[in-house]
Amino acid sequence: MNSSDHILNALPGAADHAPQALGDRFFHAISWFAAVAVLFVLGAIIVMLYLGAQPAFEKFGFFQFLTTSEWNPVTEMFGGLSPLVGTLVSSAIAILIGLPVSFGIALFITEMAPPWLKRPVGTAIELLAAIPSIIYGMWGLFVFAPFFADHIQPLLTDTLGNLPLIGNLFQGPPLGISVFTAGIILAIMIIPFISSVMRDVFETVPTELRESAFGIGSTTWEVVWHVVLPLTKVGVMGGIMLGLGRALGETMAVTFVIGNAHELHAALFEPGNSIASTIANEFTEADGEVYTASLIALGLILFIITFIILALAKVMLLRMAARQEGHQA
Amino acid sequence: MDIYTRRKAINFFNLSVAAGTTLFGLFFLAWLLWVLFQQGFSHFDWNLLTLDTPGPGDEIGGLRNAIVGSLMLTGVGVLIGAPIGLLAGTYLAEFGRYAWLSHPVRFINDVLLSAPSIVIGVFVYEIMVIPMGGFSGWSGAVALSIIVIPVVVRTTEDMMRLIPDSMREAAAALGAPQWKVVTSVILKAARSGVMTGILLAIARIAGETAPLLFTALNNQFFTLNMDEPMGNLPVMIFNFAMGPYDNWHDLAWAGSLLITLTVLTLNILTRFLLRPKK
Repeated sequence: MNSSDHILNALPGAADHAPQALGDRFFHAISWFAAVAVLFVLGAIIVMLYLGAQPAFEKFGFFQFLTTSEWNPVTEMFGGLSPLVGTLVSSAIAILIGLPVSFGIALFITEMAPPWLKRPVGTAIELLAAIPSIIYGMWGLFVFAPFFADHIQPLLTDTLGNLPLIGNLFQGPPLGISVFTAGIILAIMIIPFISSVMRDVFETVPTELRESAFGIGSTTWEVVWHVVLPLTKVGVMGGIMLGLGRALGETMAVTFVIGNAHELHAALFEPGNSIASTIANEFTEADGEVYTASLIALGLILFIITFIILALAKVMLLRMAARQEGHQA
Repeated sequence: MDIYTRRKAINFFNLSVAAGTTLFGLFFLAWLLWVLFQQGFSHFDWNLLTLDTPGPGDEIGGLRNAIVGSLMLTGVGVLIGAPIGLLAGTYLAEFGRYAWLSHPVRFINDVLLSAPSIVIGVFVYEIMVIPMGGFSGWSGAVALSIIVIPVVVRTTEDMMRLIPDSMREAAAALGAPQWKVVTSVILKAARSGVMTGILLAIARIAGETAPLLFTALNNQFFTLNMDEPMGNLPVMIFNFAMGPYDNWHDLAWAGSLLITLTVLTLNILTRFLLRPKK
C-alpha cells in the first residue's frame, strides 16, 4: 500500500493474477516478519534486562544503585558506581587518545597519501577492527601491560605525575594492569571505526571547495582545518559517537587488563573495573537472586547508555548524509 | 619568522604528525600480528587438531573439542541468523522500501550492529539458559545469531539497492511478479555482495567471546551434542590465558593465531569480492 509508487503495483491486472499474487503476498509477509523480528529483538532485550534487574532496583532503588560503590556478595549489598565510573573513564581515555590519532589517519589517507597507497593503508587500519577483542585481551595482558609498566608508566609518573592538580591521576602500582591500560587498548580498537567514518565524510567535501581554498594560497593543513573540518563536523561527531559506543560496550579486551577490582580511585594507574568486565567475570559465579539481578541491572544501564550514544551517532551521520545530498542537488 | 614561513612550518609539522599517527596505527597491527605468530605458530602441530584440551596438570593436549565446537556454534549461528537477516534486508530494499516500518527497522538495526555483545549474552541467558535448566550449545548459537542478523540485514539492503531500478522494471515489464523479480533477478545480480555480508558476519562471530561466556560456556571434553555446554575457541582462550599453566598459555596463543588468521582471511576475501568491477 505504502509502496504505491512502486512500478509493480502500477501494472494493471498484476494484482489479480491469482497464483502470482499469492507468491507476492507470501514473500512480502515473510520478509515483513523478518524485519519486525529485528525490532522485536531489541524490544525483547530491553524488557528481559528490565525484568531481570527488577529485584536489584527494588532492593536498592535505581538512583542509590547508581550512586553507591559498595559491592559485597556476602552481605548482598550492591552498588554500581565503581563499574560505571570505570566504564566512563576508560572510554574517555580511549576517545582522548583515539580521536587525534584517527583524525591524523583520515587526514593522511584523504589528503596526503598517493593514490596507490590509499587502499593498502586504509585496509590495514580497518583490519585492526577485524581482530577479535579476545586477541587484544591476550596481547594486552601478556605483552602490552608488562611493556607499559616497565617503560611508559614510570615515564608518565615522573613527568605528568609531578604536575599540580592532575598529578594524582598518574599514580599507582607499577603493574600495568589499570584503567589507563584498558583505555589505551580501547583507543587502538576504536581507531579504525572513527578514522573510517572521518575518511568517508572528508571525501564528501566537493572538490571545488578544496580547489578554491588551495587557489587562494591555503596550505593543506589550512584546507583541512578551515574548510573540510567545518563542513563535516556533524559527520565527525557521529564517528566519535560510534567509537564511544564501541568503547563503552567492549568486554574481553578490558576484562583482561583492567584488574577487576571493585574500588574507586582517582589515580588512573590503579586497577578498576568496567560494567562489561564485571558481568563477564562474575555472572556465572553469582549466587543469589540479588547478586544476579545487580549484574543484569549493570547490563541494562550499559545497554541504555550505548543505545543513546549509538542512536546519536546514527542521527548525526544521517544529517551529514542529508546535507551531502543537498549539496549535490 | 614571517607569516608565510610560519604557515608552511605549521603545515609541515601537522602533516608530519598525521603521517606519524598513521604509522602509530599500523605499528599496533604489526605488533599484534608479530606477537601472535611468534607465540602461536610453534604450537601448530597435529596434536592441536587431534587431541582435546588438557585439564589442570595434563602434559599434552590440543584444541580439537574447541575447534569443532567453534565451527558448530558459528555454523548454527549463521544458519539461524543469516536467513532472518536476508529476509529483513530484502524487505528493506524491495517489498518495504517505502513502508513506514522500514525507517525504525533501519535505525534500530544500525544500533544493534554496535550493541555491546555481553548484553546479548545476558539476554540469551535469561531467555534460554534459565528455562532450559543449563548452559548449552544451542543458546550459544542463538546468541551468535543475534549478532549475525544486523550485519546481514545491512549488507543485503545495501547490495540490493545497488542494483539499478531499470532491471526491476525490465523484469516487471516481462510480467514477472515482484517475488520473482526479487528472487531470480535482484538476488542473482546482488549475489556476491550478499555472500560478502554473510562472510563478514562469520568473521564477526568467529572470535566473539562475551556472548558465549554464559550461554555455551565451555567444555573440556569433545561433544557434538548441542544440548550440553560446548567447548569453543574464544572462551577456551579466556580460561586458559587466565589459568596458571604454561601449556595452557601456549594453547591459548595457538588458538588466538588460528582465530585471527581465519578472521583476517575472511575479511580480505570479502574485500576482493566487493572490489568495484569496472
